[in-house]
Amino acid sequence: MKTAVIVFPGSNCDRDLAVALELVTGRKPAMVWHRDTDLPEGTDFIGLPGGFSYGDYLRSGAMAARSPIMRAVVDAAGRGVPVLGVCNGFQVLTEAGLLPGALMRNAGLNFVCRPVALTVENSQTMFTAGYSKGEEIRIPVAHHDGNFQADSDTLDQLEGDGRVAFRYAEEVNGSARGIAGILNDSGNVLGMMPHPERVIEAAHGGKDGVRLFEGLLEAVA
Amino acid sequence: MKARVFVTLKPGVLDPQGKAIHHALEGLGFAGVNDVRAGKLIELDLADGTADADIEEMCRKLLANTVIENFRIERLQNA
Repeated sequence: MKTAVIVFPGSNCDRDLAVALELVTGRKPAMVWHRDTDLPEGTDFIGLPGGFSYGDYLRSGAMAARSPIMRAVVDAAGRGVPVLGVCNGFQVLTEAGLLPGALMRNAGLNFVCRPVALTVENSQTMFTAGYSKGEEIRIPVAHHDGNFQADSDTLDQLEGDGRVAFRYAEEVNGSARGIAGILNDSGNVLGMMPHPERVIEAAHGGKDGVRLFEGLLEAVA
Repeated sequence: MKARVFVTLKPGVLDPQGKAIHHALEGLGFAGVNDVRAGKLIELDLADGTADADIEEMCRKLLANTVIENFRIERLQNA
């Protein structure tokens, strides 16, 4: 699998994501700068990393979503290329219109940085094939703006269409209906606040994250 | 020519920041504050003759996230 990680000014989990992708695919991902206008030929997975792109100016992810490379990412997503946005990457995906809703300031106003319990809501997706439905997993979060909000029609639709991939199994940030990760309509774009790339080997205190990448590799290959 | 863009959260959208400000005001002893909503003010210095439609497009494309926010444009006279 030929992967690419988009790097924005202020991204800080790009390397972690690259390490996870290399571990699973055996190939280093292409690190693509935000000012580039094209993805490497034949890219078949795009990762948008966590961090604080553009210092979270205006709104988290707002500036990054309008950067030159995002036109290529939107085009690739439209062609069915899998796109994973983690944390700030999720915020960028909503700001770019690839995913519905918005990520607002945590309800408790605090930055939340700890491992949290998640429930796998749908295991029939290319990103969650490594899990079982209803399974509880532990993946860390580290965010200030992770409070997912959308109007109730959108939330009903996300739930009805199986587009809620992960839900918090505990109170974390006030997200509507406990939503931690959602898919686009075609199922090839996933945005999630928790960081699967931070739990890929035993020394991290768990390996629940690596299964996302392994499942994806199997689904795509 | 200058214009001001006021970006506010849509009614009903939870505003944790506004809530925190509200609590702080109460803590300072200000009674009678029913609610607080926090927003943004963005000042634009524009070329003369910039059309209203252009400013609106700036708001829709970047300055406001219309999923959660409303915007209002105010052109400043003699500025």
